[in-house]
Amino acid sequence: MTATAEGTTFASGTASDPAMAKHDMTLTLRIWRQKGPRDKGRMVTYQVEDISPDMSFLEMLDVLNEKLILAGDDPVVFDHDCREGICGSCGLMINGTAHGRGTSGGPTTTCQLHMRKFKDGDTIDIEPWRATAFPVIKDLSVDRSALDRIIQSGGYISAPTGTAPEAHSILVPKKDSDAAFDAATCIGCGACVAACPNASSMLFTAAKVSHLGLVPQGQPERNDRVVNMVAQQDREGFGGCTNIGECSAACPKGISMENISRLNHDLLGALRAGARPKS
Amino acid sequence: MAKTNSVAKKAVVAVTGIIMILYLIAHMIGNLKVFAGRESFNGYSEWIRTIGEPAVPAQTTLTIIRIVLLTVVIAHFWAVISLWRQAKRARPNGYVTKKAVAQSYASRTMRWGGVIVGLFIIYHILDLTMGVANPEGPDGTPYDRLVAGFSNPFITAVYVLALVLLGMHLRHGIWSATQTLGQSNKRREKTVNLFALVFSVVLIGGFLIVPFSVLFGLVG
Repeated sequence: MTATAEGTTFASGTASDPAMAKHDMTLTLRIWRQKGPRDKGRMVTYQVEDISPDMSFLEMLDVLNEKLILAGDDPVVFDHDCREGICGSCGLMINGTAHGRGTSGGPTTTCQLHMRKFKDGDTIDIEPWRATAFPVIKDLSVDRSALDRIIQSGGYISAPTGTAPEAHSILVPKKDSDAAFDAATCIGCGACVAACPNASSMLFTAAKVSHLGLVPQGQPERNDRVVNMVAQQDREGFGGCTNIGECSAACPKGISMENISRLNHDLLGALRAGARPKS
Repeated sequence: MAKTNSVAKKAVVAVTGIIMILYLIAHMIGNLKVFAGRESFNGYSEWIRTIGEPAVPAQTTLTIIRIVLLTVVIAHFWAVISLWRQAKRARPNGYVTKKAVAQSYASRTMRWGGVIVGLFIIYHILDLTMGVANPEGPDGTPYDRLVAGFSNPFITAVYVLALVLLGMHLRHGIWSATQTLGQSNKRREKTVNLFALVFSVVLIGGFLIVPFSVLFGLVG
């Protein structure tokens, strides 16, 4: 086939293919509106029209917000940044599942959930992550600094500053580096906490503990790290893990439950070795 | 340490759970003595009460087992209730709409299922150990009490329901304990879950065969 023929096929396909035609949708949105941390909050119903199946979920909310602004209403506040599924800023409870995992058919972030997963006439419930440790700032935006404080309590390594050491001087088995990298893909979006029936942050903390604990650079602080991070997550008011698996299912990066087992293994070993949390 | 550490509390739940599972295995195998006849079953019950005699007084071994089990049950409940309250505090106001993506029925019923199994154990002790809640009364032999109880379809139904709940509790509990004690990983996950399922079915099947045999007149 010549390049010209290919181009022709492509062009005509675009014009005549029914799948490519416009399928604009009208949706009913029930959105959690809360004026501030002290407000009680409530679900408010909105209608949006002309939603293209190619829009992302956040673009659909942008359409709603433009409409609200034009009408002189307060736009719906929600967190977002890269809109590429890598920063971990966005996160909404969509029809009762974190990042709309029940609708998406696969691991996703809210920004990577597309409107083609919904049908014309659907009603969509949108709520913020709910946990004592994630207080609502406004509407759908929650304060997730609790996760930052868990990182601060132990999610680091100590290394001498100055000239960077030769990277090849420390050997890491391929199996370990792969597992550490899988854990390191955690973007800290908080979907694990939101999805967990206990509002536990175990999958998040376990990912951080694994990602540093599996590589040689993480060994000196391995015991203190796990003990302090678990103590901090308890202090922040997260629940305990009951190994249900909702977290891993909701995780946009598919962080596995084995990390939780590894955290438990490290923690029990560290406690036996006499490590105690900093108060 | 355990007071503030949710993972340490989980370890208490896991270890006490394993001790109770070991007891359940012995209990189930002992029950099967019923198929060897009245004398064998009553003799087994007598033997449990006289293990170690005459070196130790009667009931010594049984009393030790009872103290260990009571301690274990109390520790299991204490840790679980404490974690349950922590989870309640962690999300006092639930979602307007919440759907599960991955959870099993067994994992969802761990807490209330556990409470129901706990209440069942109290009834079970009053029924077959002490005999006060048994149609045959406390004066009958263990074999008589068993036959009198399970001849009643209502009593059998209570036992079946409680044992099925216990089976589900163990199915998730074995997997959860493996995770909590840090012994699971991606490679073992399937095996652990399969083992938990097969073990629970075999154990509960072993328990259920006794009341059903009485109900259908195979033992009596």
